[in-house]
Amino acid sequence: MMFRRMSRLVGLAASLSALLVLTACGGGEVPGTGGEESEPAVDFSDRGPITFVTGKDLSGLLQSEIDEWNKEHPDEKVTLIELPDEADQQRQQMVQNAQTQGTEYTVLSMDVVWTAEFAANGWVVPLPEDQVDTSGMLPATVDAGTYYDKLYGLPVTSDGGLLFYRSDWLKKAGIDSPPTTFAEMQEACKAITEKVDEAKDADCYGGQFNKYEGLTVNVSEFIDSAGGHLVDDDGKATANSPEAVKGLEMLKAMFDDGTIPKAAQTWSEEESREAFQQGKLMFLRNWPYVYAKFDADDGSSKVNGKFGVAPLAGVDGPGVSSLGGHNYAISTWAQNKGTAIDFMNYMASEDEMKARTEKTSQAPTRTSVYTDADLVKKYPYLPVLQKSIETARPRPKVAKYGDVTLAIQDATYNVIQGNQDPQAALDGLQAKLEELLAQ
Amino acid sequence: MSDTDIRQSGNADPARPAKRKKNALSDGQGRLAAILLSPTMVVIVVIVGIPLLLSLREAFFGVREQTNPDTGRISKYEYFAGLDNFTRIFSNPTPVIGNFGQMDRLVNSFINTSLFTIICVGLETVIGVAMALIMAKAFRGRAFVRAGILVPWAVPTIVSAMMWNLIFNEAGVMNKVIGQHILWTADGLPLFWAVVIADVWKTAPFIGLLTLAGLQTIPAEVYEAAKVDGANAWQSFLRITLPMVKPALVVAVLFRTLDTMRMFDLVVGLGGFGKYSAETMSIFAYLEATQGRYGPAAAYAIILFLFIVLVSFLFVKFLGADVINDEETAAIRAQRKRRKAGRATRSPVRRTITSGDLP
Repeated sequence: MMFRRMSRLVGLAASLSALLVLTACGGGEVPGTGGEESEPAVDFSDRGPITFVTGKDLSGLLQSEIDEWNKEHPDEKVTLIELPDEADQQRQQMVQNAQTQGTEYTVLSMDVVWTAEFAANGWVVPLPEDQVDTSGMLPATVDAGTYYDKLYGLPVTSDGGLLFYRSDWLKKAGIDSPPTTFAEMQEACKAITEKVDEAKDADCYGGQFNKYEGLTVNVSEFIDSAGGHLVDDDGKATANSPEAVKGLEMLKAMFDDGTIPKAAQTWSEEESREAFQQGKLMFLRNWPYVYAKFDADDGSSKVNGKFGVAPLAGVDGPGVSSLGGHNYAISTWAQNKGTAIDFMNYMASEDEMKARTEKTSQAPTRTSVYTDADLVKKYPYLPVLQKSIETARPRPKVAKYGDVTLAIQDATYNVIQGNQDPQAALDGLQAKLEELLAQ
Repeated sequence: MSDTDIRQSGNADPARPAKRKKNALSDGQGRLAAILLSPTMVVIVVIVGIPLLLSLREAFFGVREQTNPDTGRISKYEYFAGLDNFTRIFSNPTPVIGNFGQMDRLVNSFINTSLFTIICVGLETVIGVAMALIMAKAFRGRAFVRAGILVPWAVPTIVSAMMWNLIFNEAGVMNKVIGQHILWTADGLPLFWAVVIADVWKTAPFIGLLTLAGLQTIPAEVYEAAKVDGANAWQSFLRITLPMVKPALVVAVLFRTLDTMRMFDLVVGLGGFGKYSAETMSIFAYLEATQGRYGPAAAYAIILFLFIVLVSFLFVKFLGADVINDEETAAIRAQRKRRKAGRATRSPVRRTITSGDLP
């Protein structure tokens, strides 16, 4: 018994001293954050095999693009690393790779909202401006890949919100053109409800108002189109400006009077698409990917041939879309950055972009692709989408984007649920954003 | 090496007859057991022990950040934070609005975790025992009923979460059936109850299964005797079934309790992140970690860990959950008790079954 107690004591002492040893080696700079003040010059001359890291490729096109590259560059082969479908998990794996200074990942396909975080932490390198060509690209997309005047992400795919509307109902109600403001939209809805029998039970407007990233996107669009910004161009919080309050008040009013159905509080992209597709909505804000689903003629869509696409509606004048899309960046710890630059340029070339748009309907970043006759025939919404992206606004470019977007969602979800009024919610958000942006 | 060899080498070594064995109950296989177990122990130390120590260390550190005003680059410096990560709820609370008004996010998630545990496990126990009683009955089609009851438990949690997400959709089956327009998946009290319903559906069968195993060890004679004595069904359930099934039931409930306290995937699959009306402690700790705040995340995980330790201790102490259920340990314990008593009464007799003596 004595022995047993002794051995327990020894065990306890051993683990405690292990803890102390671990504690002792704490403090100091965190590895993988690139804490040095002056950045070392990045070497873009090394060549050799690299990897390309992206979310799951459902089209199978990426692999064939890479195969083609590999055929022409046998000494600089690219290996595709597919991460899970979920954006959060992609981000997490890339962050983990960066924090352990892993060399496994070379080219990262980075969501536009991660740009600031990845750049600020030194996980990706600034791109040499003389080696990448961004001249033919939509300015908003280049802006989204830029952090503190340096380009970190080469825009390859983009995304902008579109307003889908029931062209048949609009016609029956005697309205010639889709609304450009929410006030016009509300009038149009009234006319449709009165004149179109089929639309009697349909709701007016739908978007993505569940509590997730989509809420940040939709709320920002309301606020931006009212002339306000949650975070201004200089990175300062301006969440409780009168314009911002006006934008959120409009959103709240639309929920209160039933313009937007209460159910939209649980809608993400797919639920809202389903509602429009089932003929329960007159107007819908969504990404271009839904076009193909609405257009399907296999009986899955009730709105096939009965819908149109327009630029977003706004609070004051035309709407301002939040910008989506992916930029390609190079991991700081990767080898063969020279090959990486070449590969990125290859992927961002007009030909590849065109092929990708044709096959996957992903929005391109080069303006020339939008006017391609074949593509416009296949995707008639392309000119509207170009307009949407041209005037689009990137979401706040802050390193702590995860905290910022949650703060925005916290504040605005309370408002649309009717728990708080817009002014109070945005005052609270302003304080929170100031705290987050100050650090 | 055969069984008998070991016993001989350990038990009856004629060269050293005088040396007393340390433990009268041991049959000398201790060393072999240690050798056989050591690979497992090494793995456990590497994948459980070391990370546990590391996260314990992490909990006492924080990260200070500095942004370079010209390049926007952030430099991070780790510093010893002492108990800051644990006392943050008092010094710097982050108020959120949950089911019970505005409160600190950690407190809110603590309350959610506790309520989920109490409500879910309570319902699961009642329903699970009922299921076990049904499954134990002999009737036509019993196999179907058993399979039907056990299927939910076999479904992976995240799959059942996605499934219930569809059911609880505003335009989903649940609202159609009850004829309401409840926003189950929005942030609010309905989400809390949606999680409870999904969790009970999924894991009541677990308690049912373990209870069924316990039920089948109750001999039929006991019930017959009760019947002869004129006990009705309710009396024999209360006086016979429950007490005799208690050891199995308590273990099942303990497992479920520990499991529910760690709830993560069901809530996330059903409602998503950032919904405070159903945010549990593991979700909060996870979110902090994904935002790069490892210190606070580790601290919250440790608070949850201690909470779980406390609850399991109370279970073992007051409900007598015998998790290991090892006869030898029980015998050793009994022996020690007798030794202690023996010292007082000077009784030389040792009686245990495992040592070969007859009581």
